Amino acid sequence: MMFADADQFFVRLKATWVALFPGQMQALVSVTTNAVAIVVTFALLFAVTTLLERKGLGRMQNRYGPNRVGPWGLLQPLADGLKMLIKEDIVPTGADRVVHFLAPVTLVLCVILGFAVIPMGHNMAATDLDAGLVFFFAAGAGSEVAVFMAGWASRSKYPLLGAMRAIAQVISYEMPLVLSAVAVVMLAGTLSLVGIVQSQEGYHWGWLARWHVFTPWGLAGFLLFFTAALAESNRSPFDIPEGESEIIAGHMVEYSGFKYALFFLGEYLGLFALAGLGSTLFLGGYLPPLAFLNWVPSWIWFLFKLMMLVSVFIWLRGTMPRLRADQLMEFAWKFLLPMSLFNLVIAGAWKFSRTWSVPGGNLSRWLMGAALLALAYLALSRLFQARHKPRVYRYV
Amino acid sequence: MTLMLFLLAVPTLAAALAAMCLRNLVHAALCAAICFTGVAALFVYLGAEFMGFAQVIIYVGAIAILLLFAVLLTRGFETLSPLRARQVPWPVGVMAALITLAVMTISVVSSPSLLRPRTAMVLRTRQVGDRLMTDYVLPMEAIGLLMTAVLIGAAVLALRDSNGAKRRRVP
Amino acid sequence: MNPLPTVVLLSCLLFAIGLGGVLTRRNAIVVLIGIEFMLNAANLNFIAFWRYGPEPEALRGVMFALFSIAVAAAEAAVGLAIVLAIYRHWRTADLDDVDELRGDRL
Repeated sequence: MMFADADQFFVRLKATWVALFPGQMQALVSVTTNAVAIVVTFALLFAVTTLLERKGLGRMQNRYGPNRVGPWGLLQPLADGLKMLIKEDIVPTGADRVVHFLAPVTLVLCVILGFAVIPMGHNMAATDLDAGLVFFFAAGAGSEVAVFMAGWASRSKYPLLGAMRAIAQVISYEMPLVLSAVAVVMLAGTLSLVGIVQSQEGYHWGWLARWHVFTPWGLAGFLLFFTAALAESNRSPFDIPEGESEIIAGHMVEYSGFKYALFFLGEYLGLFALAGLGSTLFLGGYLPPLAFLNWVPSWIWFLFKLMMLVSVFIWLRGTMPRLRADQLMEFAWKFLLPMSLFNLVIAGAWKFSRTWSVPGGNLSRWLMGAALLALAYLALSRLFQARHKPRVYRYV
Repeated sequence: MTLMLFLLAVPTLAAALAAMCLRNLVHAALCAAICFTGVAALFVYLGAEFMGFAQVIIYVGAIAILLLFAVLLTRGFETLSPLRARQVPWPVGVMAALITLAVMTISVVSSPSLLRPRTAMVLRTRQVGDRLMTDYVLPMEAIGLLMTAVLIGAAVLALRDSNGAKRRRVP
Repeated sequence: MNPLPTVVLLSCLLFAIGLGGVLTRRNAIVVLIGIEFMLNAANLNFIAFWRYGPEPEALRGVMFALFSIAVAAAEAAVGLAIVLAIYRHWRTADLDDVDELRGDRL
């Protein structure tokens, strides 16, 4: 019983707080409390993640990360925040001041809006929209305009080039992202994210969770979603738009001080939103993986899955080399997009073959789906390699 | 009720007016993006949530970006062409728009109100999906065909033709 | 009080603004923006009549608006591709300059 209390702790805390206000204002207070809680939580998580990233990358590169400020460098985010706040805010002379100012604001606004529909625990989605997934992607669409605004308003070559590359990358990878999410919608039967999590309840044979990732199309879809999410948030190995050794900071190069911190915040918040969406769609959201673990509160599971995904993102950043701009686009259009379309077909076949009497039952459906997807993967990845001839070294 | 409508409508119309009047093309395209978001908010206000979100994804996420790229690629942000006599003076266009507005307003205001207020119906996406797959399956397939044609056509139209075009130094 | 006339007037205003822009401005891209405003105004009209009109369960207004959005996206893409092609040839995006097919001036 106590554990059910822990599970609904925040819900009841909020209900108590809202009940303190007169009836007229309760809706407004409820919405404001949700917004403030989300912003505060994810801003703190952002601070923790910057530290995690720097120390994690440092260890992967065989060095300590920051370890001077506070014990083991734990107060480093505070130092970073203070530095960003007191830095001089430089705006280039020819820059378009209004648009230059509005770009980071728009980015952070659009990204935070996406958090409104993600269910962070049992009964803990800020709004349970009927078309929640579409709302999430709509909130992400605004961030593309913000990137363009940043790149153009700076009136300089590098930001403009960086912005155009960033936008091209974002719109190219949006297609596999949306298509892999559509496969989930097809199986779950609803666009509401709470509904999608609820469709993943229950356990096969009492112990294997019914998460979408444990199906062949779900696994492929998760990997596609994951890759596209990496590219959507401009992270390594897709970080050509902000690669420091190529284009300095891309569309953010003319920003300094707090506005740069806002861009940084927006990028990480976008990462959290996509990781949260990925775990909601494929990894069962706030559901525990094993049935006997449901004494752990649901929001702890959500946080755990989110941080696992973010850690894998950091791991990938420290491990893989950066893709070139044309390799990136080729990867999106020639591999990820056909793969996600094929995944959609397999997901449809999975759904409709549930009622057929297939010889071998569920196992043969699983193996068939996995075999077809593996075949598609091999075909698509090998098909475009024929033109890469062995390297010829010329020593003149 | 009406306050909400007013609050949504004024920024939309102001942004639309700004988009049509501004000389700086990038600002005009950004104001157009604001107007599209305003129209999406109006869709949500009218109860068609899915339409509002789809409008944002398509108009703001794709068409506004397309407009901004076109402004960049046609150097619309550079100095405007030297002033010369327009072929049709601008008050003529404004007058035509105002006359159209007057005609439409008169027809709206003077039509008898046959429509009684209905209780709110929030659009469920499932209904849209059902209709698309049953009653409207033919238009949906036609749209698919249209999109394919547009994809290929737009790419071909915007392709650089490399046969015979002299190599120019990029200015 | 039926809000339908208010919303229809709103869409008429948006349409008129778009029309004014299309007839007045010289730059091809602003003309395309105006066309998009006119399409948006029509969609708004459809959704308003769906909401306040008879038989909202048939979803006709919503369906029409959905297809209209799709077609508008297609038209914007092709229109802008044409503008780019014209720019590449004549080095101008000004509609008054693209008058090669025009006969004798009236």
